[in-house]
Amino acid sequence: MSKSYMGSRTRKKDWEALTTGQPVYTDDIAPVGCLVVKLLRSPHAHARIQSIRTDLAMKVPGVVAVYTWEDVPQERFTLAGQTYPEPSAYDRLILDREVRFVGDPVAIVAAETEEAADKALRLIKVQYELLPAVLDYHTAKDNETLIHPEENWHCLCPVGADNHRNLAASGSCEEGDVEKAFAESKWVVEETYHTKACQQAMMETFRTWCQMDAYGRLTVVSSTQIVFHVRRILSNALGIPKSRIRVVKPRIGGGFGAKQTSVSEIYPAFVTLKTGRPSKIIFSRYESQIASSPRHEMELRVKIGADEAGNLKAIEVYTLSNTGAYAEHGPTTVGLSGHKSIPLYRSEAFRFSYDVVYTNQMSAGAYRGYGATQGIFAVESAIDELAHKMGVDPAALRMQNMVRQGDRMPAYYGEISLSNTMDQCLQKVKEAIGWEEKYPRRVMPDGHIRGVGLSLDMQGSGISGVDVGSVTLRVSDDGGYTMLLGCADMGTGCDTILAQMAADMLNCPIESIAVLSGDTDASPYDSGSYASSTTYITGMACVKCCKELTGKILSYGAEMLSCQPEEVEFDGEYVFKTEDPAQKVSLREISYKAESGSGKALEATASHYSPTSPPPYMVGAAEVDIDPETGKLQVVQYEAAVDCGTVVNENLARVQAEGGILQGIGMATMEDVIYDQKGRDMSNSFMQYRLPTKEDFGKIHVQFCPSYEPSGPFGAKSIGEVVINTPSPAIANAVYNAIGIRFRELPITAEKILLALNEKDGK
Amino acid sequence: MEYPITFTLNGVKRSVSVPADRYLLEQLREMGCKSVKRGCETSGCGLCTVWMDGKPVLSCTVLAVRADGHQITTLEGLQPEAKILGGYLADEGGEQCGYCAPGLMMTLLAMEREYPDRAPTEAEIRHYLEGNLCRCSGYESHIRAAVAYFQDKREVK
Repeated sequence: MSKSYMGSRTRKKDWEALTTGQPVYTDDIAPVGCLVVKLLRSPHAHARIQSIRTDLAMKVPGVVAVYTWEDVPQERFTLAGQTYPEPSAYDRLILDREVRFVGDPVAIVAAETEEAADKALRLIKVQYELLPAVLDYHTAKDNETLIHPEENWHCLCPVGADNHRNLAASGSCEEGDVEKAFAESKWVVEETYHTKACQQAMMETFRTWCQMDAYGRLTVVSSTQIVFHVRRILSNALGIPKSRIRVVKPRIGGGFGAKQTSVSEIYPAFVTLKTGRPSKIIFSRYESQIASSPRHEMELRVKIGADEAGNLKAIEVYTLSNTGAYAEHGPTTVGLSGHKSIPLYRSEAFRFSYDVVYTNQMSAGAYRGYGATQGIFAVESAIDELAHKMGVDPAALRMQNMVRQGDRMPAYYGEISLSNTMDQCLQKVKEAIGWEEKYPRRVMPDGHIRGVGLSLDMQGSGISGVDVGSVTLRVSDDGGYTMLLGCADMGTGCDTILAQMAADMLNCPIESIAVLSGDTDASPYDSGSYASSTTYITGMACVKCCKELTGKILSYGAEMLSCQPEEVEFDGEYVFKTEDPAQKVSLREISYKAESGSGKALEATASHYSPTSPPPYMVGAAEVDIDPETGKLQVVQYEAAVDCGTVVNENLARVQAEGGILQGIGMATMEDVIYDQKGRDMSNSFMQYRLPTKEDFGKIHVQFCPSYEPSGPFGAKSIGEVVINTPSPAIANAVYNAIGIRFRELPITAEKILLALNEKDGK
Repeated sequence: MEYPITFTLNGVKRSVSVPADRYLLEQLREMGCKSVKRGCETSGCGLCTVWMDGKPVLSCTVLAVRADGHQITTLEGLQPEAKILGGYLADEGGEQCGYCAPGLMMTLLAMEREYPDRAPTEAEIRHYLEGNLCRCSGYESHIRAAVAYFQDKREVK
């Protein structure tokens, strides 16, 4: 018997390559001498190209090609990495005659060197006809300026999109009698909250290289979370069959959802297809800031009613989401802003409605939390406001009303909460932060004011009824295994987690499982690593696959022992007779036998999807320290408790949580995509777009309160996204408790705090 | 305009011709030191940290010509140490995507040389590593790994 890896602190399988700096990332392994691809980007927020002169650029020594809108296919597609049919409208071209944000590509340059490409960019002469720009998303719906008036704009799904109204999606749903429930409420709060666009700011920017293989197929090596979706997107964009495209992902330097949009692939793919030569594009940090796939800016109107005893009667959320120039992930992120915030509480009735609008800003995309982050900031702020209005402890109001195990969640597609320890999470977090002693505020000896605040939280585990995970396992002839995966380890450690599961199922050391992931030619189909799906969905495929493979091993072994499969067992090394364990045959012998004069392959493939998406739950609490002289805010302590079901790898789960929390602290206190009046992104470097450093916070501490999810592998749910949601509301609530000022817009910066304090003091 | 320069790269004397406007980061990657990563181009993330004469510098804003006559060290030149320190990071799961790891390693190994007699405190570690951004980990695992590493190294001494 081998040891169990479940809940262990097993090192990531790729740790040594990563920590010793081995060349394992996209640019490290790009072919020597490949063409450098660069993009000329629009300086205008909305314009129509009247003419482009490329002849001067083409004369630069080393320039191989310059492409404009006249050179590319005219069928529209989406860059959103979603399962077909994508809910995001087909509104893109590789290059378009109409440019829709500052940074929208105008021309593609391919050159032998970066210097030649840069010089060519400067020599392309473009005449623009300027068009009115829609820069305030409040005015976008039914604006006379249309972002996508083109006739071949189309949407494959009924998501309420209408290009003649600047709508990428709209809709509503409800259950129960909302008006009656509010009429019967003694206490009602109704407020509007605003979350800004934020950058994933993964350390490795977007990048891709391409080459034609020996069979004349296009090979695409890219830093992506979605190899199979990229293959389809490229097929749509280039107008070539998917069978002519192979997409491979090496190690990825972070994703957080940014690389769930095919941001960089189409450009070198087009160049390589046209020229036949290897080519690569490496986004600069500037490009990754101004033309990427950040979080959707949202404005959320929340109304919550409670009866005299404090029981919630109704919750209503209306979300206005700014998808920017293209619809990528717009229709789906907005859904989570209601469907993963309202179900945190029991209430008699709910209503959720939304509009997702096009504007002339960079297209938003998928960012960890995917709309739930925005929704939970709003709902968890509003619950706090309700508690203060009622004069009760916000923690007690939450304990009284939170969703419990066994509850049906009407706003969560009617699913039942089958695994849920959120009440324990709240209790643990209250104790850890010292809620009873610290709530609401303390004045420190240095004059600083400290306050505590908290937030409940949920996410999902995969997209129910849609996401597919698959695993192939092969027995190698030395008795080890090769595991083929289509998901994408972007640092999360899913290659390791799935190998842990396989090692437990197959009773072998994890070293016996060799992993190959993310290659459309070799991997079984997987929708990709997003929506908190891999541990839960692909994990279950792994369990199924191991069972199937074990069955084959037993059957072969029994055959070699001249008995029936029911008479034998497998201990990871040997198949032996239950009645007489001395009669045994090793896995190595079985695998050799299968390779000689055998018609049976010792391998199995299993796929999995889930009709449900069990939410992981979490509670986070922040203690903030505010200097009333300067407005400076620091999170001095952050306590969190997470119910992700079974913890598969304690280290990796903990680091997911710590990392997500700090990203959330960044969103809450400093990160902000800011545009000027002409629609230019001013937060275009790490100088202007600040990320949290090691000295920007005090301590982050995470505990686990595992439930057991019956539909998950080994009882596991997800953890990747839920961890980013609590800081924004917990910090806003803590700030209110500290200084009595409610911030309904993020980020809560020192400037905003100081201005508000001055206003409060009548200065 | 290209300039001939001679410098010691990971203990080996190298002579190359470099354009005047080329940064050390590109030069080192071109010479095969792929551990040197570009993160921000504005000296703001620490990914491209290498040593010049044993002191950490950000190679994205040091011109390659400045290396003339100096000793440059990248993680390729510190492999045995990197693996030992990397094990501590891996024991906390702190490497995550790994893209910032080489810069972090270079900074931590430089710090170790600045504290020959004692293990630095947690506050000193936080301060020393402030310029090494990481978007995955939330840093706590980096701190835990560094504290454990320095403690163990001191006990061995």
